[in-house]
Amino acid sequence: MDTYLKLFWIFFRVGAFTFGGGYAMVPIIQKEIVEKKGLISETEFLDIIAVAQSLPGAIAVNTSVFVGYKTVGVLGSVFALLGTVLPSLFIIIVLAIFYNYIKDINSIQLFFKGVRPAIVALIFMSAVKLAKAIDKTKFNYFIITAAFLAIAVLDIHPILVVIACACTGLIYTARGKKENDVS
Amino acid sequence: MMYLELFLTFLKIGGFSFGGGYAMLPLIEEEIVYIHQWLSQQEFIDIIAISQMSPGPIAVNAATFVGFKHVGILGSIVATFGVVFTSFILVTTLAKVIIKHYKSTVVTGIFTGIRPAVIGLIGAACVSLFKTSIVDYKSLLIGFTMLILLSKTRLHPISIIMISGIMGVVVFSI
Repeated sequence: MDTYLKLFWIFFRVGAFTFGGGYAMVPIIQKEIVEKKGLISETEFLDIIAVAQSLPGAIAVNTSVFVGYKTVGVLGSVFALLGTVLPSLFIIIVLAIFYNYIKDINSIQLFFKGVRPAIVALIFMSAVKLAKAIDKTKFNYFIITAAFLAIAVLDIHPILVVIACACTGLIYTARGKKENDVS
Repeated sequence: MMYLELFLTFLKIGGFSFGGGYAMLPLIEEEIVYIHQWLSQQEFIDIIAISQMSPGPIAVNAATFVGFKHVGILGSIVATFGVVFTSFILVTTLAKVIIKHYKSTVVTGIFTGIRPAVIGLIGAACVSLFKTSIVDYKSLLIGFTMLILLSKTRLHPISIIMISGIMGVVVFSI
């Protein structure tokens, strides 16, 4: 029971502090699950984000379900998922009731205006940490650059990029294996 | 009946919107504003504003807001349940397969390719967030200060968020 509550509490904080959607949850999960608790490794974390991004639905939801499953099984997913959505549910209901009053309070606006640049810094540091975690091979550098340019410059949908890179990885490992078999 | 309709609509949104975050907005808008007319265009814009000042996945926020506005608290629970249902089924199923075959050539090959790709993806997300968040020298100052704090200290992301928010109130008031 203890493990389930711990998972719930970790993802409750993830759900309560991921402002900005999508990848904003990466730094918090990384800190809690990878660095503090060591429940999964950096590379496993990358794999999980890849899966979360490739399936439909919110990235934070998909990630929490996967991490929950990986650490303690299906019931773990349930607790992680509940933790992720409960803060939203509660806060949105409160905001929906008081929105007309809140939206005119200047300091609240300024607070969130200040949070936005911090999210950029947080996500940047996460990317750097994750980049350090993988092997420094030419193949990895090539894929990082290609994926980045495909999305940031060419505006290709992330899922197509993930699929293309998965195929490249398959061919690359298959060829590497063949060469090993020959030699 | 309203519950079922809410559940099915958000089941569809959760099951067919790829990419997460703001990538889910067009489908949410289509369903909520045009097909079901549960919200007006203005209310939909309000949802985006509310989502920016509240944490959590934007799809979950939208589901909660619409459910609450139309049916009440139970409605928001039903809509949220709908929006995460597909994720739950797909992720647990796929996770089971992946964990079982983690050492197989195919899974290894796929992850060899997508592991570095995810770093590129996060980098690209960072650039697009940079464009919308760093709009003047004050926001640049906040971003830069947080970057220094992050590299010099071991502060928790949550502390960074709180500090930047307070700094925002101070810096933007000047």
